[in-house]
Amino acid sequence: MVVCVGGSAVLRQETFPPTRLHAENLACRRGGRLIFEGLSFTLGQAEAIALTGRNGAGKSSLIAMLCGRLRPDGGAIRLEGGDEEAQLAEISHLVGHRDGLKTALTARENLAFAQDVLGDAAATPEEALAVVGLPHAAELPVGYLSAGQRRRVALARLLVSRRPYWLLDEPMSALDAASQLMLAGLMRDHLAQGGAILAATHGPLGLDGTREVRIGP
Amino acid sequence: MRRAFLAILKRDLALAGRAGGGGELALVFFLTLVVLVPFALGPDLNLLSRIGPAILWLGALLSVLIGLDRLFQSDEEDGSLDLIRASALPLELAVLSKGLAHWLTTGLPLAVVSPLLGLLVALPGEGVLPLVATLLVGTPALSFIGAGGAALAASLRRGGLIVPVLVAPLTVPVLIFGVSAANAALGGTVPFLTPFLILCAISLMAIVVGTVAAAAALRSAD
Repeated sequence: MVVCVGGSAVLRQETFPPTRLHAENLACRRGGRLIFEGLSFTLGQAEAIALTGRNGAGKSSLIAMLCGRLRPDGGAIRLEGGDEEAQLAEISHLVGHRDGLKTALTARENLAFAQDVLGDAAATPEEALAVVGLPHAAELPVGYLSAGQRRRVALARLLVSRRPYWLLDEPMSALDAASQLMLAGLMRDHLAQGGAILAATHGPLGLDGTREVRIGP
Repeated sequence: MRRAFLAILKRDLALAGRAGGGGELALVFFLTLVVLVPFALGPDLNLLSRIGPAILWLGALLSVLIGLDRLFQSDEEDGSLDLIRASALPLELAVLSKGLAHWLTTGLPLAVVSPLLGLLVALPGEGVLPLVATLLVGTPALSFIGAGGAALAASLRRGGLIVPVLVAPLTVPVLIFGVSAANAALGGTVPFLTPFLILCAISLMAIVVGTVAAAAALRSAD
């Protein structure tokens, strides 16, 4: 299957092996205070979840739990199907507030590093930068880029290495209108290949058929 | 997996070379410290050459310690650590890679310039090679003991000096055997090899224990 992303690059992709994520009765406690409890949802292939909730409801904490950085204070996160040993963190991409970029390295170096560390190489760093509209920034240190451009370099990481789960924390923040459309296009292509997306967001993601999981009132 | 290991090593070496990487800071600090000592002690060459190995070892120890807090903290702050956690590479090997890069950019250069600084403390000629050898095999222990402390402080926003304070007491055996090996080469009753081999053993042990401890600390960090 050949997918055209934004008309600017052609990436070879096939579908992911079937897996399903189950979050059961999750509870989160931060600094002794209960943030949320009894949160359950499942996320499978070609599904997208928009995680909503007021500020401080625990959206970022939930994503930290899913990627293994926080231990749940109750409940469990299970992965059904696929490799028995695989942890969710090892088959998911995380793009969060902390963009995971080294300011002293160039955009290309950052992406090449991510590709080597994450494995499952897909697009080359140059191709990925072209897709997010930053082909000219490849040799610039990331420290020279604006917040929105950095976010786009971080999003390019989704393309350099192929992983079925995308965990996005406020992916639209700092992006201009054109970049938001570009990201929506990337997410649609990812879903079309059987990927899964969980995005914490305050605004619309620009995807059809997104389920909403709300934390707190 | 080897690719991820090498990628972390390569990236940390590149970062140390770029502006603000801190690679050269340890060297300059070492130089400053060793230059200051003769001013404090006075120009007594006999005294200086007798305590020369101790001064150089102390200088190297402090120089390694001052940059340690950034070892994992910078990766934690910008989210790179999440990227490394998301790798199939076991966290222990990631720590090993980072520790190795730390040694290559601090401990190794310190050992290499130490003969030059030995001149400033009137280190006798026959003591130069043994000193370099002790620093070469002893500084990896500092890097990896330090990695354990740095991992504990990774999520502290203003860790600052806590890492050197945490780590310094643990480096006492390294300092004792490093200095005694360097001194043994200048004469005395103990042969050079006895403390030197113990120093090698401490280093090997620190690489294993420090790596496992740092990975455990990074896993349980909130």
